[in-house]
Amino acid sequence: MEEVRLMKGNEAIAHAVIRYGADGYFGYPITPQSEVLETLAELRPWETTGMVVLQAESEVAAINMVYGGAATGKAVMTSSSSPGISLKQEGISYLAASELPALILNVMRGGPGLGTIQPSQADYFQATKGGGHGDYHLIVLAPATVQEMTDFVALGFDLAFKYRTPAMILADGVVGQMMEKVVLPPQRPRRTEEEVRAQCPWAACGRGDRAERNVVTSLELDSARMEVNNNRFQATYRAIEEAEVRYQEYFTDDAEYLIVAFGSVARICLKAIEDARAAGVKVGMIRPITLWPFPSKEIARLSAQVKGILTVELNAGQMIEDVRLAVEGRVPVRHFGRMGGIVPNPGEVADTLRREFDVEL
Amino acid sequence: MAKVYGAVTIDSRRCKGCELCVVACPCDVLQLQPKEVNDRGYHFAYASKPEACIGCAACATVCPDACIEVYRVVDRGN
Amino acid sequence: MKPEDIIRPENKVYARPELLTDRDTHYCPGCSHGVVHRLVAELLAEMGLADKTIGIAPVGCAVFAYNYINVDWIEAAHGRAPALATAASRLNPDRMVFTYQGDGDLAAIGTAETIHACNRGENITIIFINNAIYGMTGGQMAPTTLLGMKTATTPYGRTAELNGYPLAITNLLAQLDGTCYVTRQAVHTPAAVRKAKGAIKKAFENTLGKRGTSVVEIVATCNSGWKLTPAQSNEWMAEHMFAKYPLGDLKNE
Repeated sequence: MEEVRLMKGNEAIAHAVIRYGADGYFGYPITPQSEVLETLAELRPWETTGMVVLQAESEVAAINMVYGGAATGKAVMTSSSSPGISLKQEGISYLAASELPALILNVMRGGPGLGTIQPSQADYFQATKGGGHGDYHLIVLAPATVQEMTDFVALGFDLAFKYRTPAMILADGVVGQMMEKVVLPPQRPRRTEEEVRAQCPWAACGRGDRAERNVVTSLELDSARMEVNNNRFQATYRAIEEAEVRYQEYFTDDAEYLIVAFGSVARICLKAIEDARAAGVKVGMIRPITLWPFPSKEIARLSAQVKGILTVELNAGQMIEDVRLAVEGRVPVRHFGRMGGIVPNPGEVADTLRREFDVEL
Repeated sequence: MAKVYGAVTIDSRRCKGCELCVVACPCDVLQLQPKEVNDRGYHFAYASKPEACIGCAACATVCPDACIEVYRVVDRGN
Repeated sequence: MKPEDIIRPENKVYARPELLTDRDTHYCPGCSHGVVHRLVAELLAEMGLADKTIGIAPVGCAVFAYNYINVDWIEAAHGRAPALATAASRLNPDRMVFTYQGDGDLAAIGTAETIHACNRGENITIIFINNAIYGMTGGQMAPTTLLGMKTATTPYGRTAELNGYPLAITNLLAQLDGTCYVTRQAVHTPAAVRKAKGAIKKAFENTLGKRGTSVVEIVATCNSGWKLTPAQSNEWMAEHMFAKYPLGDLKNE
């Protein structure tokens, strides 16, 4: 039977990671995502599924615990918010370079610096362009609802293990903090030792009866071999771009103007679109679900149909760069955003459409 | 009275000529080759007085490159 | 007796440990790392742990430790080995997890990870090589560099005014409730090597017995960094290093 509950996005993450059958969570408190660790501590999964939950001494330690756990083939995750995610970039780069699966949640708050604890989407660049040093990408999933927060735990882990690369759920503070109805997935058992070894023949979990020992490292001083490694990473990214682009379209069939927005902002825009359509202006929307890989092809296709594109983001204009790359100058692409933790209302979106595209609204 | 005979074999290819075995040997068995070097240019260690070796393994114990093997025979005179 | 009568398999009393790979180490001639690697390889084989060991290598000269000891390894970012070991151990509780770290890794950039892993009493062994210098990057000052000691970044000698004091971090770790065994050893003489081996063995036994964190500091030489011969380095170490870092058990519960 479906288990419908009312809870915050952050709480839903905690339930979902246990129910996925994950092996470990390592975190450090930071607003606005502390409920993840708090809920896990309350649920005590170590007494039921055997999942390890540990409050680390820092975000740096937490991501390196994730690195250590992932290197042994375990399904492990960490969560944080923007300033903490900056601290984790060292470990994230190492995870990518060592081709380790892991799940990272960023419940974004306003920056830069210590900034504000209110919702933001200002870590788009950091998340989608790599974030740490070196040429790499994360698979980046952007939930717009508490249900998606829940569902993207399994999706994120599955993609991370499929491609041996870290995945990130990039949620804005709205999705982390708001309460909604959510259907929780059924409890999956954690993988057995044999299943871990079968799924992750590369894992450094003690040689056991394996013929050869395993070494997990990101170090390769021979430049020629390091380029071979980098080419392999890039080939993985091309495969991900080919197969894993996810997005949702709204009223695009007859759209003359297109909004591109992700996360909670897309829901605000939907209200603006309803109002615009009521006024006779055909506005549609594409909501990227994977921010990386980005739905460039679909946006390019729609750019042949519409007169203008508006990106709406909780930042100074970050995703707009990827939209412009996809559109290649075919139509005007404009940005509307609020910063510092201020969430826009549908009226502001409509005002921008009117101002930028000279439509009667 | 029992007499102890020892011998060492040194992997001269692996030896880096650090001389720690020479210092550790209580019987002055070992020396570095004064002129000859191995492929990597190190004056490797060798047993210059093999008959003095008692097989105590002091040399192997301090060898950072694990290139010394030690043999020992205890002759109890029977 | 002739050498050929002595050099027979039945008379062999010391052999190269089987758990060492065939690779030559990248360490400088006379480097203490080689001796400690050998001891770890000997013990893991003698204790039957080769198949259940996860080693965590640091950044520093021992970054390539995984090339030499034939067990599963994970290479950590600089200073983070105890964090990796925490997760590897908690998620694989029947495994023998140890870190192998230098002074810069453990006592500077990884101070927080080290102290908190020890304070949580993680069931791991920490092998800490203290040679009072950064070897891999070319001989810069370490947190454990002695006052007056010349390094690439203290070319006129370390002063307390400019650089603070040498950090005896092992003393600090011995104060933490999570550690069960904290000891300081050296590998400069055959007797010291045998004692050090006994200490690492005790640490591994503690880890297997889930008694908390064991820390084995090895006061070591870096003859390249110290600009002395290997033999001179051992003498210098005994004369100067042991005064600040005296050998012996700091905690044994």
